[in-house]
Amino acid sequence: MVLYNFKTIQVVPTAKDFIDIVLSKTQRQTPTVVHNGWAINRIRQFYMRKVKFTQSNWHEKLSKILDDFPKVDDMHPFFGDLLNVLYDRDHYKLALGQLHTARNLIDKVSQDYVRLMKYGDSLYRCKELKRAALGRMCTIMKKQGPSLAYLEQVRQHMSRLPAIEPNTRTLLVCGYPNVGKSSFMNKVTRADVDVQPYAFTTKSLFVGHMDYRYLRWQVIDTPGILDRPLEERNTIEMQSITALAHLRAAVLYVMDISEQCGHTLAEQAALFHSIKPLFANKPLLIVANKTDVTQVDSLSAEDKAILDEMVSEAAKMSGVAPTDAKLLMMSTLTEEGVMAVKQVACDRLLASRVEAKLQGKRIQDVAYRMHVATPAPRDRQARPPVIPPSVAAARARAMQAAEQAKKKTEKDMQEENGGAGVYSADMRKRYALQDPSWRYDIMPEIIEGHNVLDFVDPDIEARLEALDREEEAMAAAAELEGDDMDEDDLTPEQRELLKKIRARKTIVVAAHRRKKSAANNAPIKPRRVDADRTSTTQHMKASLARVGVDASAAIERARARSVSRVGRKRLRSASAAAPADMDVDGSQAPPQKRIHSSKSRSMSRGRALSTAKPIEGQGLKNEAQHNKAIKMHDKMQKRMGKAARKGEADRHIPDLKPKHLFSGKRGIGKTDRR
Amino acid sequence: MRLEKCWFCSSTVYPGHGITFVRNDCTVFNFCRSKCHKNFKMKRNPRKVAWTKSYRKLAGKELAKDTTFEMEKQRNRPVKYDRQLAQKTIKAMEKITEVRQKRQDRFHEARMKKAKVQQTAQEKAELEKDINLVRETPYTEEHTEQAPKEVQALVKQVQKNAPKKQREKLKIPVEKGRQRMRE
Repeated sequence: MVLYNFKTIQVVPTAKDFIDIVLSKTQRQTPTVVHNGWAINRIRQFYMRKVKFTQSNWHEKLSKILDDFPKVDDMHPFFGDLLNVLYDRDHYKLALGQLHTARNLIDKVSQDYVRLMKYGDSLYRCKELKRAALGRMCTIMKKQGPSLAYLEQVRQHMSRLPAIEPNTRTLLVCGYPNVGKSSFMNKVTRADVDVQPYAFTTKSLFVGHMDYRYLRWQVIDTPGILDRPLEERNTIEMQSITALAHLRAAVLYVMDISEQCGHTLAEQAALFHSIKPLFANKPLLIVANKTDVTQVDSLSAEDKAILDEMVSEAAKMSGVAPTDAKLLMMSTLTEEGVMAVKQVACDRLLASRVEAKLQGKRIQDVAYRMHVATPAPRDRQARPPVIPPSVAAARARAMQAAEQAKKKTEKDMQEENGGAGVYSADMRKRYALQDPSWRYDIMPEIIEGHNVLDFVDPDIEARLEALDREEEAMAAAAELEGDDMDEDDLTPEQRELLKKIRARKTIVVAAHRRKKSAANNAPIKPRRVDADRTSTTQHMKASLARVGVDASAAIERARARSVSRVGRKRLRSASAAAPADMDVDGSQAPPQKRIHSSKSRSMSRGRALSTAKPIEGQGLKNEAQHNKAIKMHDKMQKRMGKAARKGEADRHIPDLKPKHLFSGKRGIGKTDRR
Repeated sequence: MRLEKCWFCSSTVYPGHGITFVRNDCTVFNFCRSKCHKNFKMKRNPRKVAWTKSYRKLAGKELAKDTTFEMEKQRNRPVKYDRQLAQKTIKAMEKITEVRQKRQDRFHEARMKKAKVQQTAQEKAELEKDINLVRETPYTEEHTEQAPKEVQALVKQVQKNAPKKQREKLKIPVEKGRQRMRE
């Protein structure tokens, strides 16, 4: 089947564009560089190739256009005539014919110049020949400008034509302008045709589709027709006429009985009679529209007579019995009768198509293959189908039993107990356990950090017993082995002593650490104010006493030699100047006369009391306060150490990713400097 | 709901804790905390990380093989619920954990035996070495010690000559004291 789809025709470029397209393609797809050193044969080949390539391009493109545009003679007569009406058949044929000629001319030119080029004796001559060839081709095409422009226009218009299928089931709506053809179309199909209250709203053919009896139907809405001779009709009307003339369709002649369209019934009847020849051999229906405004019954006798005459005429033309012929009434406003009109029209068309097919030759081929058997009656007795009463009863019983035995499903229960969302199904009620009373037992899953399910074992008892036995054996073995212990352990006294030693050690270590940590920034203080000084006689005495030594003699000796007592001056007397003996009897010497190192100090001034003496330079009251301060400091330090806070003495990078090094444009392509 | 074991450190992962990773070959990895997850992502082998259970077991630091472990196993075989069995199981759980605890204690004790000997020796050495830091008998005024005879004689002589006030302080010979300190 030929499909009349004009949408696939490719764009026809204007002459100028056409030339540009072809020449640029030549430039792009053939070699462009030619060297002086080439052999003349090669140069000729080079230019020949260009000419031939251009020619084949032209040929190809023109052929495509010529193929795309439909031939008027090959088309369905409906489209042929439509083309004639819309674009003027002669003009159309001429344009295509000219393109055809141009194609031949171009081929000829190419042929000539290729032949000439064989005699080209220099690069220059070959080039000039090529130029001339292309120039002539372009000139030929330039002359086709108007044809191309016209064809482009036609192409655009054709692509917008409705996709009318001339051979399918079609309803054709025709009549005077503004009688309600488009309204009917809108009611019957999904098409959305513009409907306006003035004549010639519809200026071209429109197609809508509908379904009836599971078949696709095509409804064609035509522009209105006026009653005048064919020669005076304009293009819009001619489209209607074309459609009426060539489409094998059911024709609905729509009439406006209210005469709101501005034409009397008589005029409408006159039009009907004048275009009557177009309705020949087609199902024809007279449809009276706008019954919501005027009823047929209220029409005058003349008008009724006119209508009756038309109806009988229509019946006669479409070969329907005069008794069946009747005027169809509808109102596209109230949709009254619209469906009835559609049905009647469709049925009529279907009947006529079937009839036409039956008359054709092809039906014979099918008819030979079909046979419908109609058995001849044996006697006059009627034999309706029968079911024996026993079987019927058994069936009924079975049905009833099935009804009763119907299981109560969860869904039924849901409906009974408040419906979805309220009812929650009991999952456990059908658990198949040894004892049904276990169904709702709650079993712990986790006990003391263990999964209960990991211990579940059908023969747990046997295994437990085995474990018990094993454990007993192991415990006994361990008992035997563990006896040889505790021989050379420390006695409680020794432990006590060890504890003391360790306590002492921690004190020593702590003191040492304190001293060490402060060593770096400890100021050099005069001995007088150095509270942490340990090399004192007092200290020596205490520490020696702790280990059970009486150090009083040693202290005495040290004091005797102290500068503060003896004075710095060398003494004249040898005995006084002699250092105290290391011997036991060193302190035997008579006590020295006390001499002050400072002359200014009074001899009678007593020694200052050391107890509760404030430590100079520290601002602390006494030793206890000093110790407390140390303790507090240590504690503080411990906290600081734990927090490991960043201090000002730590290494510090103010900005890890400085903005200026990581953002902005880098002209020289490096990110680290600009 | 199940208690899972952490893939890395083998600790118990309670519901709602940790993170589970399912690799595209369907292997499931449970992690008790981000520490373990991170270690996994660093591709560390838990057998070589000292704080994990698998390391400790491998290094013989903990009881690794025991029948009590055999009795707690994930069984992928479904067993139909039985009330008696459930009761027995729960009782058995207590028993098994108890036995296991005992065995672990015993294991630890046995492992610590050697260490104990070492420790005692160390303590004894310390006692001997650092006894000077603490004397049971600190020096007091009455404290006297026997000095060598010639020293004693010397002291007596000195005492006769010396003025009375100073006598007391001369009782201890210096050398004796020094010797002690050196010890």
